[in-house]
Amino acid sequence: MTKMGFAQAIESVIAYAMAEDENIIIMGEDVHTMRLNLFARFGKERVKHTPISEGAFVGAAVTAAMAGLRPIVEVMLVDFISVAMDAILNHAAKISFFSGNKWNVPLVIRTACGGGYGDAGQHEQSLWGWLAHIPGLSIVVPSNPADAGGLMLSSIYEDNPVIYFEHKLLADYWLDAMGIGGRTTVSFDVPERGVEGDVPDKWEPIPLGKSNQKKEGNDITIVSVGVGVHHSLKAAHILEEKGISSEVLDLRCVVPLDIEGLKNSVGKTEAVLIVDEDYKNFGLSGEICATLLEEGLSFKYGRVCTENTIPYSRHLEDQVLPNTKRIIDKAVKILKK
Amino acid sequence: MVEVEIWQLYKNMLRSRLFENAIMGLWEEGKISGEMHLGTGEEAIIAGVVSQLEEGDAMAVDHRGTPPFIMRGIDPVLILLELLGHSKGLCAGQGGHMHLFSKEHLVASSGIVGSSGPAATGFALALKYQKQNKIAVAFFGEGAINQGMMLESMNLASAWNLPVLFVCKDNDWAVTTIKNNVTGGNLIERAKGFGIEGCEVDGTDVEAVWKVVNEAFSKMRNNGGPQFIHAHCVHKEGHLLGDPLVRYYRNPNMLTEASDSLKEYSGESLNEVLLLLRKIGGQLKKKVDPIVVIQKKLKNDADRLKQIEEELTKEIEQIVKNALEIFKGGMKND
Repeated sequence: MTKMGFAQAIESVIAYAMAEDENIIIMGEDVHTMRLNLFARFGKERVKHTPISEGAFVGAAVTAAMAGLRPIVEVMLVDFISVAMDAILNHAAKISFFSGNKWNVPLVIRTACGGGYGDAGQHEQSLWGWLAHIPGLSIVVPSNPADAGGLMLSSIYEDNPVIYFEHKLLADYWLDAMGIGGRTTVSFDVPERGVEGDVPDKWEPIPLGKSNQKKEGNDITIVSVGVGVHHSLKAAHILEEKGISSEVLDLRCVVPLDIEGLKNSVGKTEAVLIVDEDYKNFGLSGEICATLLEEGLSFKYGRVCTENTIPYSRHLEDQVLPNTKRIIDKAVKILKK
Repeated sequence: MVEVEIWQLYKNMLRSRLFENAIMGLWEEGKISGEMHLGTGEEAIIAGVVSQLEEGDAMAVDHRGTPPFIMRGIDPVLILLELLGHSKGLCAGQGGHMHLFSKEHLVASSGIVGSSGPAATGFALALKYQKQNKIAVAFFGEGAINQGMMLESMNLASAWNLPVLFVCKDNDWAVTTIKNNVTGGNLIERAKGFGIEGCEVDGTDVEAVWKVVNEAFSKMRNNGGPQFIHAHCVHKEGHLLGDPLVRYYRNPNMLTEASDSLKEYSGESLNEVLLLLRKIGGQLKKKVDPIVVIQKKLKNDADRLKQIEEELTKEIEQIVKNALEIFKGGMKND
């Protein structure tokens, strides 16, 4: 085991995969500086910086993948994916199906997400639920360096499109560029164990759609992805002191959804709390509830999500994004019912 | 152009610069969160355009909204409170610097690159439909000129003969990407391809900008369609405050560390990386500050220059003081 940062783990896996397979290329805005090491190592033909033309370069990545490349295309922030939506919604996600499963799109879309540093709702959204609505895409949301690496390797090996989320509070260079800017006068609620952690000496793919039990418990299952996992763990430890035993499940992927993992845990605890930094309505939190009901389980249920546009003011933002206090309050409330 | 106008333009520009310098200080102190994109270096372009707007004209601005907002006459205390995330800010602390809005002034901003194109086009559509004989302006950087929605809106404005002034503020850099590496052809020719008349101008010279805008506005206000202005400028602070490339340049230790870590990959790519970091330095060294350019033009009346600077400095100090007093009074947006 060695220690690595979240972003470093992703880069390490990409470098490893690029050395193995010359069909892997990187495209995106500013990747020559954002991925300086990869640019220096693999050169400008494989690490291609693009104009601010998401519609064109994501669209081009789809057919480049169809023609034999395995592009890792970067959409700087997931908020900007709206500009490239046609390529994703109507093309990347549908080619395999339309072609009678004869033509695949081995494409990874890597994108930064998430809030907590006061940048407002055009730069801090999560949107994985919105994207997960579309059949044909895998949606990966890692919460720590080991998962970030292993899931990236699986994403690269996957023969159909994967959207890979990198939370800005976990990837140190993102927070530095967008939240800190070299200042010592600002501070953020950064989950330390997500930012840096042990990674395996040799990278192995972590299968997509396999959740990770972060803590065992009997009274309630708290389910989350990304930074929400860390809030959930913190809340679970405080709940423990209140005599509530919580199980914490890190889904790792929104699609495929680990239905078996959810069933096993919620079947045992008979209570589930979803912590989702994405929007509440019509998203992951409702989907999990519906899926478990369809599986015939009965359980107590609640959710802590982002319920509105994320405000700029840090003070307001803290109230809108899921936090430890909201999770604790909700868990207590669910179990009282 | 008569004398009064150039002095007024100077005042607008300096007021905006001093205001943004104050913002920089508050950002350094950690009072402003997230990213902060200043419009310092763009003042001549903004002043040359905004000073010629009439009541009822509309503006769509990008993530560098402060100069156009303050020059349009929007209360700087409200802008500052917004940047401080206060409930009494221009947008109740909900928008922040990239999402400033003033309904009464018909000014909307956005942090999505290229979105000012369709926004200005829609404003122009409504104004024309209402037979108001007013115009709309879109401010955007040269990075946005490769965004589909920008090109589509240029075509739409042309096809529908809408009075939109497309103002491209070109500093040669989109974050860390050099324009020439990602932009095909010539922008004036590109506009011409949409049937839009275009004009290239030194965006650090406010008189030059004022003149080309004056000509464009006369045509537009006379039932004319869209016009395009390609104005060159420099961003002294890079893309945003705390820009990593600028920090590299200003802190040679960071640069040495970065280049040392890349030594194992010697060759063409490493040279390109180092060349890029040197280029950002070259860009920052260029002495083309629009404030300095106009001060040189007005240097014969040194007393008046000094007096204006003193007055505006005091005014901005008072604005900051007023805003901070409200800010320290606490948040009311629970």
